[in-house]
Amino acid sequence: MARTRIPLPVLAVASLVLVTTALAFVFFVAPNDANQGFSQRIFYFHVSIAITAYALFAGAAWKALRHLWKRDPRADLESYVFVHQGVIFGTLVLLTGSIWAKISWGRWWLWSSDQLVLFLVLFLFYCAYFMLRFSVDPGPQRANLSAVYALFGVVLIPVSFAAIRLAKDIIHPVVFTLKGPQFGGWILVTYCIAQVAVPVLAYTLYRLELSSKRLDIRLRDLREVLA
Amino acid sequence: MTTAEKYVTAAYCVVFALVLAYVLIMALKLQRLERDVDEIASRVSEENAEEAPREPAHVG
Amino acid sequence: MNYVRDVGALTRKDLLLELRARDTLPAMLLFVAAVFVVFHFALPGEPSKLETTGLLWVAILFTALLGLGRAFVPEREQRTLDGLVLAPCDRSAIWLAKSLATLAFLAAAEVVALPLYALFFHHVGGATVAAVLLADLGICAVGTFLGAMAVATRARDLILPLLFLPLAIPIVVGAVGASVVHSPGRYLGFLALYDLLFAVVCWASFEFVVSE
Repeated sequence: MARTRIPLPVLAVASLVLVTTALAFVFFVAPNDANQGFSQRIFYFHVSIAITAYALFAGAAWKALRHLWKRDPRADLESYVFVHQGVIFGTLVLLTGSIWAKISWGRWWLWSSDQLVLFLVLFLFYCAYFMLRFSVDPGPQRANLSAVYALFGVVLIPVSFAAIRLAKDIIHPVVFTLKGPQFGGWILVTYCIAQVAVPVLAYTLYRLELSSKRLDIRLRDLREVLA
Repeated sequence: MTTAEKYVTAAYCVVFALVLAYVLIMALKLQRLERDVDEIASRVSEENAEEAPREPAHVG
Repeated sequence: MNYVRDVGALTRKDLLLELRARDTLPAMLLFVAAVFVVFHFALPGEPSKLETTGLLWVAILFTALLGLGRAFVPEREQRTLDGLVLAPCDRSAIWLAKSLATLAFLAAAEVVALPLYALFFHHVGGATVAAVLLADLGICAVGTFLGAMAVATRARDLILPLLFLPLAIPIVVGAVGASVVHSPGRYLGFLALYDLLFAVVCWASFEFVVSE
């Protein structure tokens, strides 16, 4: 079964152009937000990266499902690379979110931000994925365990989100509500460009890592044949 | 630059730096792969040298 | 009802084993008591109800982890897991039986731990007991599943808490919420939902954990 895929160089050029355009729009075109001023510009990438990270985790679960269900031999590696990318983008969410908390609230960490806390939980969860994967010898069992764990991830995301929402009500029922940003005009255009650019970048990195991992495996096989 | 401007710039720099670090790691990995290829290639050529020279096969 | 009979037989096997060897339960009991004493000195003075409730749940979680870590150890040492997997029963029955056995140990430990908590710190309300019951279901369902995963790895005991704690965070939220607020319905409902959701996921995917 041959899948037609976009060539990697095309992807690389596309992500270069898109990310550069997005950055130019963020800094030079988008107007200052009425409430938050300049600092709101973090959101263009912070939000896009967060949504991309969810998509990467979902991709990992999708590939895991393909492995368990269809026994697709490539799915295990693809699932792993998706998780790896997801953790990288999740780390970016934590870092940019932390800087945003510092600007808005003067502190580097904020337990009242649902998204940040959720990403912290997911970060811990998916770091354990690596611990699990690297303490099992390569083979069908490792693929199965990784796949099942990746599937747990997509169940955990909504459950954790609900839990974090509930946890805030324990002490004081909803103290602050983040007013949605005033979308419209150049802000919307900038956000849309960023929201396209980041997933394209993520997909490019995913493909890059995947091809390098495949090369690694093929080389190892070659070495075994020669030995 | 105001404080907000500094922090926003810092945030974007962090993103940039992390992606760069990722590229660096990938580059190191590629270097290792290249070394492996070199090693395998030299082994193949050694084996070929040991064997008796054969008639070159015509390809294509 | 072959399935029920299989689950019953497997659960009975684990309970009998514990009754003879007495490996797990005494360890859990001692551990939970020791943790309470440590907590007293970690929070000097008169800690508030909110704080001690948090401590109670930390204690329950770690005691459960102690039991869960032991759950698949006999199978590994005696190499019975391979036999169980080959046995002509549904593989999910292994998970269900193991969960039930672990649930029994955890519940037994809590029968001692909750009065002890009431004696040392604050009294235990009905909502807390309900939360303990619901949380136990989730802890044992998810924990046993992850325990089966962990024994397949080289790291074994080391890896179980790493896998388990992020998944247990929603349980802690629901349980602490139910123990603290005046109308715990929402939190108990959340716990029940968690139990149901993860029980279905574990039940459906256990097959892949033990087979290749």
